[in-house]
Amino acid sequence: MAQLFTKDTQAIFWNNNTSAIQRMLDYDFVIGRKTPSVAAIVAPTGDSKFQKFFWGGDEIMVPLFKNTAEAKKAFPNADVLLNFASFRTAYDVTMEALNLGGFKTIMITAEGIPERLARGMNAKARNLGVTVIGPATVGAIAPGAFKIANIGGTIENIINSKLHRAGSCGLVTRSGGLFNELSNIIAINADGIAEGVAIGGDRFVGSVFIDNLLRMQDNPEVKYMLLLGEVGGTEEYKVIDAIKEGKITKPIIAWCIGTIAKHYSSGVQFGHAGASANAERETADAKNKAMSDAGIYVPSSFNDLPNKIAEVYGKLKAEGVITEITEPAINAIPSVRKSKNFICTISDDRGDEATYAGFPISSVATPDTGKGIGDVISLLWFKKQYPKWATQFIETVIKTVADHGPAVSGAHNAKVTARAGKSVVESLVTGLLTIGPRFGGAIDGAAEHFKYAHDNNLSPAEFLNHMKKLGIPIPGIGHRIKSLRNPDLRVVGLKKYAAEHFPSTPLLDYALTVEQLTTSKKDNLILNVDGTIGILMVDMWRALGYSEEEINEFISSGTLNAFFIAGRTIGFIGHVLDEKRLAMPMYRHPMDDILYQVDMAEEI
Amino acid sequence: MAQKAIREYDAKTILAKHWDKYFPDFTYAYETIMVQNGAELKSAAAEKTWLANKPLVAKPDMLFGKRGKNGLVLFKDNKPGDVSLDKAASWIDEKSSTKQNVYFSFDGDTPTGEPKTDYLTHFIVEPFTPHEQAEEYYISATCVGDDDVLYMSAEGGMEVEENWDKVTEVTFAITETEEEIEAKIRANIPKDVAEKDKEGFAKFAIGFFKAYRELNFAYLEINPFVMQGNKIELLDMVAKLDDTAGFMMTEQWGDIEYPTSFGMEEKSPEVMAIEEADSKSGASLKLTVLKPDARIWTMVAGGGASVVYADTIADLAGIEDLANYGEYSGGPTTGETQFYAETLLDLMTRSKDPKGREKVLIIGGAIANFTDVAKTFTGIILAFEKYAEKMKDVGVKIYVRRGGPNYEKGLKDIKEAADRLGLWIDVYGPETHVTDIVRMAVEG
Repeated sequence: MAQLFTKDTQAIFWNNNTSAIQRMLDYDFVIGRKTPSVAAIVAPTGDSKFQKFFWGGDEIMVPLFKNTAEAKKAFPNADVLLNFASFRTAYDVTMEALNLGGFKTIMITAEGIPERLARGMNAKARNLGVTVIGPATVGAIAPGAFKIANIGGTIENIINSKLHRAGSCGLVTRSGGLFNELSNIIAINADGIAEGVAIGGDRFVGSVFIDNLLRMQDNPEVKYMLLLGEVGGTEEYKVIDAIKEGKITKPIIAWCIGTIAKHYSSGVQFGHAGASANAERETADAKNKAMSDAGIYVPSSFNDLPNKIAEVYGKLKAEGVITEITEPAINAIPSVRKSKNFICTISDDRGDEATYAGFPISSVATPDTGKGIGDVISLLWFKKQYPKWATQFIETVIKTVADHGPAVSGAHNAKVTARAGKSVVESLVTGLLTIGPRFGGAIDGAAEHFKYAHDNNLSPAEFLNHMKKLGIPIPGIGHRIKSLRNPDLRVVGLKKYAAEHFPSTPLLDYALTVEQLTTSKKDNLILNVDGTIGILMVDMWRALGYSEEEINEFISSGTLNAFFIAGRTIGFIGHVLDEKRLAMPMYRHPMDDILYQVDMAEEI
Repeated sequence: MAQKAIREYDAKTILAKHWDKYFPDFTYAYETIMVQNGAELKSAAAEKTWLANKPLVAKPDMLFGKRGKNGLVLFKDNKPGDVSLDKAASWIDEKSSTKQNVYFSFDGDTPTGEPKTDYLTHFIVEPFTPHEQAEEYYISATCVGDDDVLYMSAEGGMEVEENWDKVTEVTFAITETEEEIEAKIRANIPKDVAEKDKEGFAKFAIGFFKAYRELNFAYLEINPFVMQGNKIELLDMVAKLDDTAGFMMTEQWGDIEYPTSFGMEEKSPEVMAIEEADSKSGASLKLTVLKPDARIWTMVAGGGASVVYADTIADLAGIEDLANYGEYSGGPTTGETQFYAETLLDLMTRSKDPKGREKVLIIGGAIANFTDVAKTFTGIILAFEKYAEKMKDVGVKIYVRRGGPNYEKGLKDIKEAADRLGLWIDVYGPETHVTDIVRMAVEG
């Protein structure tokens, strides 16, 4: 715990503050981090699933989550929370994170959290061993490893102030603006900082001077510390005590600002909310004197601080405590960056050979690869390598739904269009456009409703009742002629495959209990092929470890229908080619098959 | 500044509003009124009949204590408890007609130190409550360090500062539960509390401490309160609120006012305008006018930097030269910065330096983290354009030092604008030590 952050530290950023996050990622790129320092963003009101950021000249996507719990679940190793919520919600966000656990550091930027709430929050964090930086802070930085949000300012300033690589000073301030200034002064007069924290301006902040200085005492990279205190409070005396008790042995340079306050009896608030002297010993002068008496290096004024830094640095260097730093190479950020308009996450044609989700096409195409069309679908649709039992199930589905004769509406439309002399693609899409809630849609519908019933533990009778209230016939139930006694052999095949190869089929098992009830009412109310496919797809995804939310998303985005579309495309093309071969003339529907009833339009 | 003093009348009003929640075992008549003159008091008597029917006590309600020793508590005409409505009204008019001296410290009954002199503008009037000295108690609560502290004493109405030995002090960590707090209060009821009152005192103290916490008081003192069975009188109260909790206390506090303390200059319209702008902005705009005639004015970005500039001016030029203190930070818009700059320029160009020297405007700041320097400087430039003639009339030298996002453009723009407008200006970036422009300005 001696180091606040390392080069592997990752944060969850609460609030989609794109400019601050971009600053972090620019920093990451410049110092050559492998992973972005922001693993995820919590954006409670956003609808997007990710936010694009520049990574050098390139772009990366940082995932967005609705709440901290989901973000933490997806990125359990991100142990820093950057709480950029407003003063109205910052407390709740912090408390939620503390209750979730797994955060080592929480930084809070809001100024003016109600004091009683801030005290409770800080005490809870302290008891849990969580370091709170802030409230009312610009953050902290471990140069060369991790930087919070805007601290350090622009990349140019960061490099000028040597904040891109570790120096030897541990810096602690209250003020965020002066933090930057001091980094600059330390870079000019010494070799930069090893770790720096702006503890925040509110009266009650989480980690105080002494907490940070004690950690820096244990951090071997820190050779000396610089503390910039303020009029008001007694925190500086804790540092003096720690020196007297031998807990801090590294040299400290310190100065308390607010020496002016002594000239004004009351009524003028100099500086932060935390800055108000209630007693003589809380004045800046008294604290500067006490620190000097305790052996801390105290300059004669703030104006004299640079000289004091140069003096202490020179001494430590002469003693060999500090050695010369080899300046590391840095990555330059291109001056012109263009945001990309399109994003692709499934395939890539930039290399020697195009890939499907990272697999060269040749590695999945030929029979000797052992891969089938189910594998290709799992790569291009789901960006995952599904196991054999799942890819073969997908293929079974594709084959099963490939065609259902010329009379169904989609095939009929394709045939009529082909006979009008249209091309293969035109005829095909006419057929495909028929697919929807009434034609093919039962797969989606069955998955959705059966899953809902199962998730909510509805008994078959309750489920039937529920569907009755919705006013929809149960999707996936019922066949024109087939019944329990005369089963649909496609369904039999699917069920058999699932029984032999699926790890388990909870939703199918449930659907079969529903089928028992429906068939007891009417013989042909069986689980039909659409229903079986939809339900088994859910069982497949569950067995593959997808969360219920992810499966619900597959259903709502129409992924199930996509299997039907892919499969039935084969059949439609067959019908179109059939028409082309037969060279049948333009189709005209017989008039005696149409009921004409056309009344004279009324005038209104 | 999070902790703000409120009037005694408002403190009582807040407690009365939540009385049954915190003090269900006690009654409080809440017979109290705040007025600014005698006529107002008399006209209130129509509604508040106790004003005419009961003997009264009147005192100023303006955030200062030791009103008795300052001779500013009216409780007797000829003898204690005979103050009529007419008498109270005429006393209020008399005391508010001329400036009054108020001392803040006393040695015994002899005032020490310098008094502050100002008009009395607000008075609190209540019924005179006959009671025994033994029925008076003391209670207060505040936050010390990280903990809450409850102070209780069997001796009410005393000078607490001089009688600390009679006060029982109980400290509570923020993490203590309701049950732990209650048990601790019960275990620490001052020994001298009359045996018959012990249970009542404990109940009252528990309710008091709970009200202090839940209603987000930063300080709450009743000295004394009178306990007569289940009847409570709050004779004197002092309170501060944690105003950062204001957003969640609108209902509980009602419409609350934070008055300027007695003898302090009333906030000028300029300061109030800045406060108003600050409250509406996500950025921070703060202004205190210290000496409107002084020569050095500061327009500094950032809370920490503003202190450092003030320190350095006091060190190098002396405080008599420092006109104002304030800061703008947190990424204010161009418009907000312009407004802030115009307010300052307006104040500093009202008169020439009495000694005939040039005035100094320090546009200072550290290296900004995220505030766009060029954008804020655009606001300052717009203000220059408006006030250039006046600035030239009084003679103003401008010293600029700033760093941060877009600072090169900001410095270039402000230099060009000042040159174009014929204003004297010197401009520095992060290579110059943050407060070094103060030295340059003082050395002239």
